[in-house]
Amino acid sequence: MQLTNRSKKTDKSELSVVERTYLPGVFKGMAITLKHFFSPKPTIRYPEQKRYLGPVFRGHHILKRDEQGRERCTACGLCAVACPAEAISMVAAERVKGEEHLYREEKYAASYEINMLRCIFCGLCEEACPKQAVYLRHDKFVPVFTDRHDVIYGKDQLVEDMNDRYNREAWTKEDMARLWEKQNA
Amino acid sequence: MESVLLIKGIIILVIFALSLGIAAYETYFERVIAAYIQDRVGPDRAGPHGILQPLADAGKLFFKEDFVPVMADKWLFIIGPGIAMFAALMSSAVIPFGDTLKIGDLLVPIQGMDVNIGVLWVFGVVAMGVYGMLIGGWASNNKYSLYGAIRAASQAISYEIALGLCLLAVILVTGSLSLREIATQQHGINWNVFYQPVGFILFFVCALAECNRTPFDLPETEAELVVGYMTEFGSMKMGLYMFAEYVNMFISSAIMASLYFGAYNYPGMDFVREFLIGKLGDTTGHNIATLLGTAVFFLKIFMFIFTFMWIRWTLPRFKYEQLMKLGWQWMVPLAMVNLVVMAVATLSGKPLLVAWLGMGGFLLLYYGGRSMYEKRFN
Repeated sequence: MQLTNRSKKTDKSELSVVERTYLPGVFKGMAITLKHFFSPKPTIRYPEQKRYLGPVFRGHHILKRDEQGRERCTACGLCAVACPAEAISMVAAERVKGEEHLYREEKYAASYEINMLRCIFCGLCEEACPKQAVYLRHDKFVPVFTDRHDVIYGKDQLVEDMNDRYNREAWTKEDMARLWEKQNA
Repeated sequence: MESVLLIKGIIILVIFALSLGIAAYETYFERVIAAYIQDRVGPDRAGPHGILQPLADAGKLFFKEDFVPVMADKWLFIIGPGIAMFAALMSSAVIPFGDTLKIGDLLVPIQGMDVNIGVLWVFGVVAMGVYGMLIGGWASNNKYSLYGAIRAASQAISYEIALGLCLLAVILVTGSLSLREIATQQHGINWNVFYQPVGFILFFVCALAECNRTPFDLPETEAELVVGYMTEFGSMKMGLYMFAEYVNMFISSAIMASLYFGAYNYPGMDFVREFLIGKLGDTTGHNIATLLGTAVFFLKIFMFIFTFMWIRWTLPRFKYEQLMKLGWQWMVPLAMVNLVVMAVATLSGKPLLVAWLGMGGFLLLYYGGRSMYEKRFN
């Protein structure tokens, strides 16, 4: 019994005289390889060329700022609670007068650290955040470590650069569902 | 006299360097062609498009441990790769890479040496290359190596018969053993391949076998014999064997191009030569026309090398009994028939017509008759 009828029956009959010279088979094979020789190559030359991984790929963490350049994070600690790998730690501080242009609310994270060796890039911090402050970038990987002192990322590496703001096509699950529908339409 | 010696010396050096350079870049192009045929891109990290890859490979081989097994015959073990390389490089001496260069009032042929037994020289030297493998395989004191060496020797001997018979047909038409004479007689597009296509195909298959290239790479067979006669070799000794193989590939392509594809001759060459002489004067025009011919010759050689590689990445290896069957029961008789037909064609006065009629008639009769017979009685 056959599951599909895609399989081809092997021809096990005796070879004819011409076939026994191997020449017809040889030329057929060489035509196939020549076709492949000229076919476009699917290779992506990785370090120079990068594949688009989609709008919801979970890469390098980022602490977003709002439109006026103020940090959104209020150091509530929900991300640290949500983190299954316990990679996030932070120290909260109170905003003083004259810092309104730096922090959006009265409380802010004086230090915010992610241990990139512990992080499993699950994205639960992103889901837990009530202030839309922490996100995992879709366009940037956490690079290879060469020193154990490089492992813990502080605010200097995490807070968004206002000159090079991070943007993506879908910020929430609802956005993503809409995008998905649009792409499949 | 001294200037002739100097010019000859320069030509020999250039040919030597070219053989080595082309062999080195054959390794690179082998990998690139293999990759393209398998839908990959191949080495592209060393230099732009990976063109420094051969240098990197050679550097790696040089820095590996130069190992001699304890029970090996030390001197023969060292001499083996040397002989292989020596034989491979020697045979390039008689290949007519181009017409003559005019220097002052001297006409210097672009050729290592123009001996009147050029073809015999090539075959003598190539046969000596088998010693390289045999000695290397024997000296390693390893059964796989010995197997590989014996296979290489018996394969080379078997296929040299068909090769020699095809060659006889060419010599019969030309009436000379000198490769330069053979090349000169194929002036314009009067190439031998049009007179004896079957001879060419046989010669090509035999050349594959002589170079130990797939589908006839039984002496090496990575899967069954590890790598045959090269098993115990490492470092640059193995590199020399590999290199000798690639040089052999270049030389056999050159020989096929000069025996069957008119060496440095191309259609319209007389017109080009007249035109260049008219434009640039006697000496410069002549020299440029000659160099153009050489370029055409190298184009033909590269075409053959590409075909060698194309075949390597297409066909699987024969079994040993298939190899012997093909050599002795199929190629030797066909080469004999080719020789007889060419002899008749040469005597008849209309070589092209008679050669095609004779060979076509034979093939039709034989294969038609055989298949009719088999259909009736099976």
